[in-house]
Amino acid sequence: MINYIIRRILYAIPILIGVNLLTFALFFVVNTPDNMARIHLGVKHVTPEAIMKWKHERGYDKPLMWNSAAQGAKQASDTIFFEKSVGMFAFDFGRSDEGRDIAHDIKTRMWPSLAIALPVFMVGLAVNITFAMLMAFFRATYIDLSGVVLCVAMMSVSGLFYIIGGQYLVSKLLHLTPISGFDAGSNALKFIILPVVIGVIGGIGSGARWYRTIFLEETSRDYVRTARAKGLSELSVLFGHVLKNAMIPILTGAVVVIPLLFMGSLISESFFGIPGLGSYTIDAINAQDFAVVRAMVFLGSVLYIVGLILTDISYTLVDPRIRLE
Amino acid sequence: MNKPLLQVENLKVRLDAGKTQVRAVDGVSFAINRNETFALLGESGCGKSMTALSLMRLLPEAGRIESGRVLLDGQDLLCLPEIAMRSVRGKRIAMIFQEPMTSLNPVMTIGRQIAETLHRHTSLRGEAAQARVLELLDAVGIPDARARYHDYPFQFSGGMKQRVMIAIALACEPDLLIADEPTTALDVTIQAQVLELLRRLQRERGMAVMLISHDLGVVAEMAQRVAVMYAGEIVEMAGREEFFANPQHPYTRKLFASLPGAARRGQQLEIIRGSVPPLDREFSGCRFAGRCDYAWQKCSDEVPVWSEVAPGHGVRCHLVESVVPASLHPDPFPVHVGCQKLRALHHVEQHPAQCASLIDALRVDALRPTQVGFDLPLLQVADLKVHFPIHKGLFKRVAGHVRAVDGVSLAIHSGRTLALVGESGCGKTTVGKSILQLIRPTAGSVRFAGDELTRLKGAELRARRADFQIVFQDPYSSLDPRMRVADIIEEGMVALGAATSSGDRQNSMDSLLQQVGLSPDSKYRYPHEFSGGQRQRIAIARALAVKPKLIVCDEPTSALDVSVQAQILNLLKGLQNELGLAYLFITHNLAVVEYFAHEVAVMYLGRIVERGSVEEVMQAPRHPYTRALLSAVPVVDAGSRREIIRLAGDMPSPANPPSGCHFHPRCPQAMDSCRLNYPAAIDFSATHSASCFLYSEK
Amino acid sequence: MMLFKPVFLWTDMLLWLLLAGVAFYVWRVRLHEHLREPWRRLLRSRSGVASAVVLLAFVAVGVLDSLHFRLPLEKQGNGAETHYSPEVLSVFDLMVGPLRKQVEKTYSAPFASQLYTKETIELPGGKQVRDYPRLKFGGAHLREPAREQAGDVAVTALQGGVYALALCGGLTFMLALWLARRRSISPGAAWTMIRHGRDEIPWRTFLSTVGLLALFVCLATAFSAKYHIFGTDKVGQDVFYLALKSIRTGLMIGTLTTLVMLPFALLLGIMAGYFRGWVDDVIQYTYTTLSSIPGVLLIAAAVLILQVYMDSNQELFDTVAARADIRLLFLCVILGITSWTGLCRLLRGETLKVREMEFIQAATAFGVGHFRIIARHILPNVMHIVLISIVLDFSALVLAEAVLSYVGVGVDPSMQSWGNMINGARLEMAREPMVWWSLLAAFVFMFVLVLSANLFSDRVRDAFDPRVR
Repeated sequence: MINYIIRRILYAIPILIGVNLLTFALFFVVNTPDNMARIHLGVKHVTPEAIMKWKHERGYDKPLMWNSAAQGAKQASDTIFFEKSVGMFAFDFGRSDEGRDIAHDIKTRMWPSLAIALPVFMVGLAVNITFAMLMAFFRATYIDLSGVVLCVAMMSVSGLFYIIGGQYLVSKLLHLTPISGFDAGSNALKFIILPVVIGVIGGIGSGARWYRTIFLEETSRDYVRTARAKGLSELSVLFGHVLKNAMIPILTGAVVVIPLLFMGSLISESFFGIPGLGSYTIDAINAQDFAVVRAMVFLGSVLYIVGLILTDISYTLVDPRIRLE
Repeated sequence: MNKPLLQVENLKVRLDAGKTQVRAVDGVSFAINRNETFALLGESGCGKSMTALSLMRLLPEAGRIESGRVLLDGQDLLCLPEIAMRSVRGKRIAMIFQEPMTSLNPVMTIGRQIAETLHRHTSLRGEAAQARVLELLDAVGIPDARARYHDYPFQFSGGMKQRVMIAIALACEPDLLIADEPTTALDVTIQAQVLELLRRLQRERGMAVMLISHDLGVVAEMAQRVAVMYAGEIVEMAGREEFFANPQHPYTRKLFASLPGAARRGQQLEIIRGSVPPLDREFSGCRFAGRCDYAWQKCSDEVPVWSEVAPGHGVRCHLVESVVPASLHPDPFPVHVGCQKLRALHHVEQHPAQCASLIDALRVDALRPTQVGFDLPLLQVADLKVHFPIHKGLFKRVAGHVRAVDGVSLAIHSGRTLALVGESGCGKTTVGKSILQLIRPTAGSVRFAGDELTRLKGAELRARRADFQIVFQDPYSSLDPRMRVADIIEEGMVALGAATSSGDRQNSMDSLLQQVGLSPDSKYRYPHEFSGGQRQRIAIARALAVKPKLIVCDEPTSALDVSVQAQILNLLKGLQNELGLAYLFITHNLAVVEYFAHEVAVMYLGRIVERGSVEEVMQAPRHPYTRALLSAVPVVDAGSRREIIRLAGDMPSPANPPSGCHFHPRCPQAMDSCRLNYPAAIDFSATHSASCFLYSEK
Repeated sequence: MMLFKPVFLWTDMLLWLLLAGVAFYVWRVRLHEHLREPWRRLLRSRSGVASAVVLLAFVAVGVLDSLHFRLPLEKQGNGAETHYSPEVLSVFDLMVGPLRKQVEKTYSAPFASQLYTKETIELPGGKQVRDYPRLKFGGAHLREPAREQAGDVAVTALQGGVYALALCGGLTFMLALWLARRRSISPGAAWTMIRHGRDEIPWRTFLSTVGLLALFVCLATAFSAKYHIFGTDKVGQDVFYLALKSIRTGLMIGTLTTLVMLPFALLLGIMAGYFRGWVDDVIQYTYTTLSSIPGVLLIAAAVLILQVYMDSNQELFDTVAARADIRLLFLCVILGITSWTGLCRLLRGETLKVREMEFIQAATAFGVGHFRIIARHILPNVMHIVLISIVLDFSALVLAEAVLSYVGVGVDPSMQSWGNMINGARLEMAREPMVWWSLLAAFVFMFVLVLSANLFSDRVRDAFDPRVR
């Protein structure tokens, strides 16, 4: 088991190197620091000196990969690649183009993100499984059919409309919660409820439908027939046998996103004015702050790979057949 | 008390299949007495499983019981509310299924799965329930029950899983046990173990067993009464002795006659022509009329009624009804012999190629023994090894090898058949594929007509490929579903340049299809339009298209029903006589070997343990494994039944074979020396040898 | 002098290429029974037929909107070179001419005859009042909108309804005739067959869907000559027109993305599954790396960089449309890069399964080469996965466009798209009363398209997935 995890972590390294090289190429080779400077300083009426100054302040005036002017190890280390990319492996994200400390920003902003994303994930999972089980229990009846139709209809609505509609209905018409904003501590609750509810509702369509197919696939298996042949009721077959087997694909499919919950949701955070990592990313994109976007890309990849490893581990926990080698 | 335990009356089951309805079970009536084993015999798709499932009211969602009564001790199960039915399932009627691999919940310990039945139907809880489970596990012969209580199904072998299934079924001491093909998925030695277990449990507990099987041998060994199903109906029912001694229905007789075996060597097997009619319509006559050699006008006009020919022996056939002149009644068949001949002739007209090969078969086979001279074998395999690496650890180092094939030597002459016999996992299929270089051997030599195939590569190997071809087991996965028959057959011709022009190819394709008994216009159709047996014919035609000298037949008949198997065996035999083909016939079916092969090699765990001519190995087996294998085969004829040599346990993993003789942990005659060294082959005659220490001592 | 100057946008050409591909596929399907069978199954289901009809209507609009040209400007003098307008139009623009041209000053509500905001209006007498001014086009034919409008709407609706009825009647008649010829029965019998739903294809569903569509089209045509049925936006453009124009954008994103990614996914997925070994390792590494980058961020990064590139090379694009088009194409490419990994993984898995099938071994035993085995055996046997995932991805991509536009990395702001419509309307959410009609229009169009795509993809999966059968 430990051996396996070590191996998986070792496998992750080349992938992260690949991600790093890719983003580096995208941000510094395809798109030169000069271009970046021009965007920030305005395309017209900009002097070469101003560009130099902008680059120097941010350390973008060094050579890309290889500093032939420097001595010894500095030849490799005193470069943009080394300073801006290799540092990422130590989670040293440097400063944003606006001069803020990215690592500090991430540390403070991930908690509001988590405050929204975690409840959405947990409640969503519970709600989806419940609906899916209901549909599977009433399979091939009108309850099941209308459930499926409802799911398809719900998943055909863009997530943006859930947010807009929710804000309009709950906050604007009924004045139940504030439209947007965030607060620390327990005051946060009133700001969190609406985004969480909307997040859950927005996910029911695809989630419940997908889980339903998993449940139905399981109910057609031979062991279910064996369980029925024992004289078990349909309900105890569903809970005692089907649920346990169906949880294997459901849980392992869900685990991969758990680490990514830290990243928050771009759309809902920005609509509800939550100061999380999602809105941080959107702001960075709109402000064309490449340093932040690059940091978030790297962070996202790390979290995704952690998610993959967690998935494999969760398999061993829910499925006795799998022993990691 | 003489009332039967279970009485089924006029049961009808329909299956929804899109717009049509399949009458899967169409008016079935039978009764099962206490203490009795009742067998329902039939080929695939005849409705026997549906009958069993409807007794439990566990039909799949598309299925529905249309009418009929199922009386258990006089109570109609079909009228019970679902809740009451649940307390019948598992308590009064229990069931075991064909596939032990999938029938157990994979994420639940076997102990809990057995205990669950107890919880449902009894008041046993906690310690008491566990004690009962352990008792049950003991009873079904699972060694070290206490330690295995918390194990999951995947930690058991197939045979062991079936024992667990039986333990679940027995938990509440049911009055009736329904066993739906309980041993079909198991190897023959394991099958013998499980059948023995079922027999013992039935004797000890006095329950009734309803055994569903397609295997005449299994039925002959297990049942007290037998019913034969065909196309949704029971066509014949009788006590075992009566049934096997005096079968009446033409279908039953055909089933017997199509069984291969030593007694039929050199003859053609009886076949049932055509296929089962589709069951989505009302029948106006006998369902078997279209395939019956004795059918006359009445058979297609009038539905035959059930008539008793002897006490307890009923048949659904016009031949035995009273309308047949009374003088013919006891044995009506001789009257129709002329008719049979006529039919046979008619049959010949339809398949001239087959007939020609039939006549040749008799002639050439007579010449055969003198023909085998001192000529070199067509194929000579020496010390063939195929090892698959096992990767383990941090960097996936090679931690060991699965020795799938571990030093196999064999030789085949032109026009001869070598049967490679063994249970699943013994490496016989790998031998076949590595001879064809579909899997490259790890070591050893494969000489084909003087060429060393293991050294050939690329174009050189491709040039030789026309000489050796393969026919696979599964006729469904061996033909590309997206290609027409013509494209499938043509592929090899094009790749190997067997016929140059397109016109030539079309011509030879037509004659090939005729040769395998299909009409030439079937080449424009797709594989899914054909039945299993027809697909196997296409696969044979595909192999023949490049004019091979050797065909590796990898279990070509084991996915087929017995009557279809006979057709394919006849075809292969005819082709051998006609074209002088050599076969490497890979199989686990010993009856087929006895009928079909010239020489036999028995494999166990990657090695050949005994070889010889078919008479030598089958009549006078030397190796304890061969003996056990032969004794385990269920046979129809009670007289030729041997005493079963029980083998303990399962075949070990080829990744970690036992030291010394691979067979010693299961061998009833194992000695000390067996644990230390692998025995060398001992010759008993010029052709017969076995690797066993029993004989080296002398 | 030419009447118009054709404009070949990149996305147009790719779309036509795609249509050619579809035509080729249809031709092949007609020839091969085993390819035709699943489509038959699909056409036998009611939701399959209904969603296919709706999708076809959307596709028709999108295709008409993909024939671009520039009209000549007014002649300035004799003999002078013809100059063409910088505005790129499409055939669809010409067809809905009034919609495009009837531009108001700013916001107006659906069916309104007055602007949404008060303005200082100069009365004929020279007096000035602050009131809602009359619209230039919407309801301009009415003297006193407050009194006359209800009646006018009813009359127009009736008109539209009558047209729709006539259209439907004609269609039904033609269908009956066609079916009669096809099944060689009398037209009367064909009609009975349709009416009682006895044919294998559910014609009643077909007719009612077509009927609903015809009703919508007729009503929209009747009304949009006089009113703005979905109101107007900030610069006074008809929202209905914008929503219609957005169809092309949505379709492009939904289809071109797949077209772009398909060759990579097919080639790499099959190669990884077929050859295994190091080829598999390299390909798996590639797609794990790509899929580990959060999709939105990769798209955002790529689009930002494209913007920088386009800003510094403005001379490459002669019209706004060309510029917006390149951005759309690039968005498709980058969406394709982020989404091919899923299909690639599926194909790899399926190829691993198929290559173990015995018919592949039989081909190997004949010495058939790797390339031929892939082309003749593997490819046809994994194509159902490709088809299913194309259809499944379509709706997800249409929805993604809206989100990306909201984030600011979607299509060009000058391009009509539902995402841009929502984005624009969102900024006005705080207004009292709310400007809701842009949202409504975008919602309705997106919902109908995505819903029918989802229903269609369900049926496609049922018809093509061998496991479902």
